[in-house]
Amino acid sequence: MAYVAVKGGERAIDAAHAWLAHERRGDPAVPALEVEQIEQQLGRAVDRVMGEGSLYDRSLAALAIRQAQGDLIEAAFLIRAYRTTLPRFGTAEPVETATMAVRRRVSAIFKDLPGGQVLGPTTDYTHRLLDFEAGGEPAVPGEAEAGGATMPPAFAILGDEGLVEPDPVETAAPTDLTREPLAFPAGRDARLQALARGDEGFLLAMGYSTQRGWGGTHPFVGEMRVGSCAVMLEPPELGFALDIGDVALTECQMVNQFGGSKAAPPQFTRGYGLCFGHAERRAMGMALVDRALRAEELGEDAGAAAQNVEFVLSHCDNVEATGFVEHLKLPHYVDFQSELETIREMRRDAMRVAKAAE
Amino acid sequence: MSGGYNFAYLDEGTKRMIRRAILKGIAIPGHQVPFGSREMPLPYGWGTGGIQVTAAVLGPDDVLKVIDQGADDTTNAVSIRRFFARTAGVRTTTRTAEASVIQTRHRIPEVPLREDQIIVYQVPMPEPMSRLEPSRAETTRMHALAEYGPMHVKLYEDITRYGHVATSYDFPVMVNERYLMSPSPIPAFDNPKLDRMAALQLFGAGREKRIYAIPPHTAVRSLDFEDHPFQPRRAAASCALCGSDESYLDEVVTDDRGTRMFVCSDTDYCAGRRGE
Repeated sequence: MAYVAVKGGERAIDAAHAWLAHERRGDPAVPALEVEQIEQQLGRAVDRVMGEGSLYDRSLAALAIRQAQGDLIEAAFLIRAYRTTLPRFGTAEPVETATMAVRRRVSAIFKDLPGGQVLGPTTDYTHRLLDFEAGGEPAVPGEAEAGGATMPPAFAILGDEGLVEPDPVETAAPTDLTREPLAFPAGRDARLQALARGDEGFLLAMGYSTQRGWGGTHPFVGEMRVGSCAVMLEPPELGFALDIGDVALTECQMVNQFGGSKAAPPQFTRGYGLCFGHAERRAMGMALVDRALRAEELGEDAGAAAQNVEFVLSHCDNVEATGFVEHLKLPHYVDFQSELETIREMRRDAMRVAKAAE
Repeated sequence: MSGGYNFAYLDEGTKRMIRRAILKGIAIPGHQVPFGSREMPLPYGWGTGGIQVTAAVLGPDDVLKVIDQGADDTTNAVSIRRFFARTAGVRTTTRTAEASVIQTRHRIPEVPLREDQIIVYQVPMPEPMSRLEPSRAETTRMHALAEYGPMHVKLYEDITRYGHVATSYDFPVMVNERYLMSPSPIPAFDNPKLDRMAALQLFGAGREKRIYAIPPHTAVRSLDFEDHPFQPRRAAASCALCGSDESYLDEVVTDDRGTRMFVCSDTDYCAGRRGE
């Protein structure tokens, strides 16, 4: 009898962690990545981790990316697990994106508009050709234009005619899904928060599905702006708000057709996307899904996946999703054993019936 | 203890919030209480709900046992036990009888638990009707109305098709004749142990953000029919190590010719019977 009750879990974990540390570092002859290099040169990855990790801290995001070997969902998870332990000492005032110091701003619904179309640091018109020169090391670029002007929101142009629905007036304190569990029906505040931390790929696919007819929203990019905004916080003992720093943000205002209902005349409705850093794909996906989720509120047919609030919100979080999918790797042999006994019994019954029929 | 973190990792405010959810759960046996589940440093699916419940009930004098599949030495059990040894500095044990708090995934120990013990279950899907009705808004309504017909129909359909209920684990139970409850994915063999257990039973689902409880000595009935009573199953064998013909058995393949042996899934129970 070769079997002894399996022991060695402790040693196995230690050995696995040691191996992981070795693999993470790679060939020691190659210089180790510095966190600053990631922060400076992999900015988009840093932005994604800040968004999905729900924490605005570029250097911590860079540290997490290095620790996670570039696995961005794992990096967001590291950030979330750190974030959850931080004390909460106040709630900032809503950021005023109209006063954003803009680096990039485009509107697809106007040829030109006050403040102009500002391309900024975009890949939109690059040719995707691998740069083989200099062993892949791009030359040091020349000076970039400074940017940073303030520009009126594109919607200001349309606002006077009442063609676009106004900003909703929110007075209640917004839901915080990191403190309270998600409940249905979920208000737009909870929905937007969930989407803002949601998986970029999920937002992209859900938004894309609405464009292909699974819950159409007829979207136009009213405005996309990228830049930095001041965060204002009013300490309770002070009585006025303080500027506690700037955050880089991407905001997408999507305009959508709406035929009108009993309660509202025909007008353009809006989908909204806002996220940390420079993350246009994310902001657009979020805006498309936000608008799709308003189908029921606006009296539209709401049969598509992207219009189902419970479906979208329950599955957009990649830290939750990856955990539950990957936990299938954990041992399940006790349950499997009970399934074995059940299926053996079912097969015995089936064989007996088959034999009796012969 | 590990520098920079509170006792048992979570801050005291969070623990108080979790304890309130636990108390509400105890007051309404089997009812799922939503709670502000926190992101834990272990992944969802690894037992974040159980870990949060354990963290909220653990005190410095507690003795903790952690099992996964009935065994103390499975890697996830080791990892969670280490987590609390590190963040709470509590004494840990593999002996069921010595533990004051037992966190478990997928099993209930063979030896009956006592009134001075708490068992914490890790729960992946707290909603027992999730496979019948995916919407939580709808299942919440069904629980409120005690509308459990669809679950009985499901069991009935199993019987007409197979001659018996085809659910072998996570077998639904009725708690205190009011709430339908998922006992977590324990084998149906363990279900009778839930009934009138002397120990407090707490269930934590981190990703789904639900806590529920069974107070000591509460009636827990596995769903069945008068003419098809509940039948727990185990492999028709005895443990090759300790000879037990009552315990739940793992089937272990011992060579590449498919030779099998059956051994106790509860490693402490088995070791105890062998005098270790």
